[in-house]
Amino acid sequence: MPNSAATHAVSELATVTAEPGVPKPDPLLVADKVNRHFGGLVAVDVDHVEIQRGSITALIGPNGAGKTTFFNVLSGFDKADAGSWTFAGNTVTNTPPHRLARKGMVRTFQLTKSLSRLTVLDNMLLGAGGQTGEGMLASLFPFTWRSQETKNTERAMVLLERFSLASKSKDFAGSLSGGQRKLLEMARALMLQPELIMLDEPMAGVNPALKQSLLDHIRDIREQGTTVLFVEHDMDMVRDVSDWVIVMAQGQIIAEGRPEIVMQDQRVIDAYLGAHHDQELTASGGSLTEEVTS
Amino acid sequence: MDMGFVLTQAISQAIGVTAIIYLLATMGLNIQFGYAGLLNFGQIAFVAIGSYAIGVFIIQWQGSVFVPNLWVAILYAILLSVLLALILGVPTLRLRADYLAIVTIAAGEIIRLIFKSTDSLGGAQGINGKMGEEFYAINPFPEQDRFDFGPLSYTRNDAWVVTVGWIVIALLLLLTWALMRSPWGRVLKGIREDEDAVRSLGKSTYFFKMQALILGGIFGTLGGIFWAIAKQSVQPDSFVPAFTFFCYTILILGGAARVMGPVIGAIIFWFLLVFVEQFLLLLISNGTITFLEPTQVGPIRFILVGLGLMLLIIFRPQGILGDKKEIALDAK
Ligand SMILES: Nc1ncnc2c1ncn2[C@@H]1O[C@H](COP(=O)(O)OP(=O)(O)OP(=O)(O)O)[C@@H](O)[C@H]1O
Ligand SMILES: [Mg+2]
Repeated sequence: MPNSAATHAVSELATVTAEPGVPKPDPLLVADKVNRHFGGLVAVDVDHVEIQRGSITALIGPNGAGKTTFFNVLSGFDKADAGSWTFAGNTVTNTPPHRLARKGMVRTFQLTKSLSRLTVLDNMLLGAGGQTGEGMLASLFPFTWRSQETKNTERAMVLLERFSLASKSKDFAGSLSGGQRKLLEMARALMLQPELIMLDEPMAGVNPALKQSLLDHIRDIREQGTTVLFVEHDMDMVRDVSDWVIVMAQGQIIAEGRPEIVMQDQRVIDAYLGAHHDQELTASGGSLTEEVTS
Repeated sequence: MDMGFVLTQAISQAIGVTAIIYLLATMGLNIQFGYAGLLNFGQIAFVAIGSYAIGVFIIQWQGSVFVPNLWVAILYAILLSVLLALILGVPTLRLRADYLAIVTIAAGEIIRLIFKSTDSLGGAQGINGKMGEEFYAINPFPEQDRFDFGPLSYTRNDAWVVTVGWIVIALLLLLTWALMRSPWGRVLKGIREDEDAVRSLGKSTYFFKMQALILGGIFGTLGGIFWAIAKQSVQPDSFVPAFTFFCYTILILGGAARVMGPVIGAIIFWFLLVFVEQFLLLLISNGTITFLEPTQVGPIRFILVGLGLMLLIIFRPQGILGDKKEIALDAK
């Protein structure tokens, strides 16, 4: 039962101590000593982090903290300068993105990548895995892929319905609004039926009413057995939906824990507010001057 | 010389051998650029490989056990075309799109210069001789001097060449249509829109791009094979970069990523080119235009066609068959 599994994962987290790099009872993604720098700028310097299977984990931090870069590295879109990481027990260090996606680790992008001159439905269908009709030879013989296409279309329409995009299924994705594109990208990623979905700011540009239903979708995704890791600046949402929060600042993980605990952590507050802090936040002790954007 | 002659000339060129050659190459470009977004600026290289494979294997290697007949030479031409696509694609298709453009335009020139400077491959004189006798031997048209279709008149050989050319085109159009309505075609179009998005969805875009490059290249090579057989001559300086640019012109004129786009584009392009030329010649010959010499007409028609294309891009950027809505999406 996926439902009980999710509840189980969450209850397991209750006993985990809130400290950076803490081991989890049932980790799906484990990263070790991951480092990525651009010239002199250290964008990511993560010593150790684990993502609990079946949980909703939020990755937060001020602008430029390295969240997107960390996502890029983990998902194979960027190469790490050092470090290693495993997914579901397999080492996937610097594995190309399409392989990771097939293994069940799918991500979305902060700058939405909807395929403009494809219809919304075609965007969705592109997400489906293991399609016979994507073989060049087989594609010439529709009887080999028609039934699969029909099934995928049905699944796509169910998802579009859930994301309030069903009425747009025949429109070009390029004609969608910014928020709708975010929704489409998320729905499209779900077409792969991933084990882990990594969402980079899924709520950016989505209107408040829709945000609520999106939160429900995200919980829904977890109930169906998918682990969710998402980057978000909206603290209300983070508090609302996440089982666990990881805080990044200047490339490092400075805190993690259950939302109600992390939100009160002085280092986190300082990192966000860039206030005069009287306490060292990072190993290097650099000051945090970023502002909160949300 | 009168208006009827001008029109007849223009129509016969619009569906003639040259138009067919350009059309085949452009249909390849449509797969590469129109559907997959690959900037191949060296389609002429694939055409040259096709022409030269026929010329070298049939004439230079005459009687060789490796090339028993024309059909085997055609097979080799296609294999060489695949090889060329691999050579161009392997190092560039993992990189940003512009690298393919740079490499292909250079490759086209390199190939032309190699052929031009190597005597065993024809050298500067090129290769002349009876190419494709097996092809003409199976001509089913009855023995007679000329064949008239309405105002158009063909020799027996030309009638056969043009017929086969259009049959091949029809088959390849059917192939393109079948591919592009399938999930395979959908991946290609996705890559054109945003390669990273497609990669994030678990597709090896490199593999799909390679397939598109190879397939489009083979179309171009078929154009080259057809060229050698139809003209019975392979000249190195026919294979200049401008050929590829005309193909792009034809593609954009007709409408990229439309199955019939290249057909409409090629027919109109060649019709206009010949019509303008013949019309100007007519005006010069009957004294209406006195400020032009007949020898100046060749360059001038390109100027006029270029002007027409600029107007087209400004007022109908999606081409004749394209969808205006789609183009507008690009601007975002
Ligand atoms: N390609 C790049 N070249 C150079 N520097 C980069 C590059 N990508 C990111 N950086 C730098 O790395 C740091 C981390 O950037 P990143 O995009 O990961 O931040 P983020 O946490 O996602 O921020 P935001 O919340 O604003 O999206 C920034 O200082 C940024 O300037
Ligand atoms: Mg970011």
